Order: sequence, then C-alpha cells, then structure tokens
Amino acid sequence: MTVAVNPSQTGEPVFYLAEEHPHPEGWSTSLGFWIYLMSDCLIFAILFATFGVLGGNYAAGPAPKDLFDLNLVAVNTSMLLLSSITYGFAMLTMQQNKVAQTQVWLAITGLFGLAFIGIELTEFAHMIHEGATPQRSAFLSAFFTLVGTHGLHVSCGLIWLVTLMVQVQKFGLIEANRRRLMCLSMFWHFLDVVWIGVFTFVYLLGVLR
Amino acid sequence: MNTDTHATHADDHHHEGGHAHGSFSTYMLGFVLSVVLTAIPFWLVMSGALPSKQITALVIMAFAVVQIVVHMIYFLHMNTTSENGWSMMALIFTIVMVVIALSGSLWVMSHLNSNMMPMHQMSGMK
Repeated sequence: MTVAVNPSQTGEPVFYLAEEHPHPEGWSTSLGFWIYLMSDCLIFAILFATFGVLGGNYAAGPAPKDLFDLNLVAVNTSMLLLSSITYGFAMLTMQQNKVAQTQVWLAITGLFGLAFIGIELTEFAHMIHEGATPQRSAFLSAFFTLVGTHGLHVSCGLIWLVTLMVQVQKFGLIEANRRRLMCLSMFWHFLDVVWIGVFTFVYLLGVLR
Repeated sequence: MNTDTHATHADDHHHEGGHAHGSFSTYMLGFVLSVVLTAIPFWLVMSGALPSKQITALVIMAFAVVQIVVHMIYFLHMNTTSENGWSMMALIFTIVMVVIALSGSLWVMSHLNSNMMPMHQMSGMK
C-alpha cells in the first residue's frame, strides 16, 4: 500500500516501516497495561504528596497517635501480603494449565482481599464514629483520600478477580484469559507496592510523629 | 512474512520481549523477604527499640524502599529485558516524575509554611 523510497536508490535513510508486519492479538497488552500502572502510580504520588503536606494539620482534632491501631494495620498488611503470594501461586498453576487449582488460588486471593477491605472499612467506621471524619481536619481529608483511593483500587481488583474466575470457569485457560490474569497479577502486586508506601508513611510515620 | 528479514524481525518482537514469569522459589523468596521487611519496621515503631524518633523514621523509610524493590523484582518480575526494555524505561520515567512531585511539593510547601505570618501576629494587625 505505502510506497516507500528504496534507501539503496536514493541513499537516504528510511525511519518507518513501509508495511507494518502483522502482530498476534494482545502482543502489546502487557506493556500497555504497565504504562497504565505507571500513570496510576502518578495519581498515588500526588495523593502521597498531598498527605505529606497536610498530614500534620490536625486543626486541634485527633492526631494519628489517637486514631491508629498498629496491631490492626499489621493484620491488614499481612492480609495483602498473603493475597500477593496466593496470586503468585495462581499464576504458577496457570502456567501448568491446572484450571481447578488456579481457581482455588484465585478464590483464596479474593478472600484475603475481601478481609483486607473488611478490616479497612471497620477501621474507617470506627474513626468516623469517634468524630474523625474527612471533614474534621486537613490531615483526615488527606488520609481518607489516600487510603480510600487505595481501598477503591483493591475493591475494583476484587470485582475484576471474580469476573476472571467466571471467565476461566466458562472458557478455561485460553490465551486471552491467561493474558487477563497476567494483567490482574500486575495490578494486584502493584497495589501491594502502594500499600508499602501507605503503611510506612501514613501509619508508622504518623504514629511516630 | 515471506522473506527472511521479515521473519527474523517478527521474532525479535514477539519472543525476546515477552513478559517475564516467576517460579515457586522466587515467589517464596520474595514473600519471605517482604514478611521480614514488613515485620521489622512495625516492631521498631511499636516497641520503640531505637533511641530517637528521627533514626527510627529513617530506618523504616529505608526498609520501605528495599521492600518496594523486592516486590518489583520478585512479584512484578521487573528486569531490563522484558518488553525490550520499554517497561524499565516507563518505570524510570515514572520514578523521576514521582521524585519531582513528592520532593518538590514537600520542599515548596514547607518553605511556604515557615514563611507564613503566625496567626497571633495577623490578628494583631487589624
């Protein structure tokens, strides 16, 4: 279709492909998804920066020391860490083509994720019950925005996980489902990386302050 | 795909640049490392083992950085060759942006904060 100038005739270099060779479906998905994750990372970076700036403005309200229960945060962190390794096992069994085992590991991952969200919502409810609402101070606005956005991501990951379990149940471990499971694995582990930042900078440094 | 050059070219794209996978041992190693790297900072803060708060803060931040690298390598399978190096390029670009956004915000806002006139002086000016 495209008429390219033959470099050997004119001596000028050609910087494009005259004809794009065909690509199999989904060959660029993992790179594209990685770039999405990086843009998501920028969202979290801005929320962390906001929390870093506003995290000390209590407006005579409750401080992190009064609000955070580190034992609960430790349990929550372990839920997310365990869900990361069980998702890893799901990926390993997927590579061995074991549909049933993959589903079991995905279900366990989902339960750990659900426990994480449950504990987080309990914590939020407890804080709001004590009057530490997002409107109380700049610190609490920044806290609920940052931790809430992470929680929202995990919730979306759970919906995605259930969707993929239904897909695998219906169609098996076909190429498209493997690709989707790989994308969710990147998403899930990425959220774990963000949580490292949250428990260090929000909870541990907050209590230390 | 009818010529040799085309075939080798397609090969470059589709096989070398694929996404890396982990094995049972690398996942377990990553998990054990991340448990240790999580437990130590929690213990340091909850027990107050270190004498000063500043040292504790620096140590737990260092642990967080190491743990993020561990997760990147063992769970996200980051390396310089996956996707022909493009995922690493995107990561480096993102890290640069994150560092600029974080350090810039904190630096500028702390200066603004210290240059603000204190509240009690402002009320006296009326």
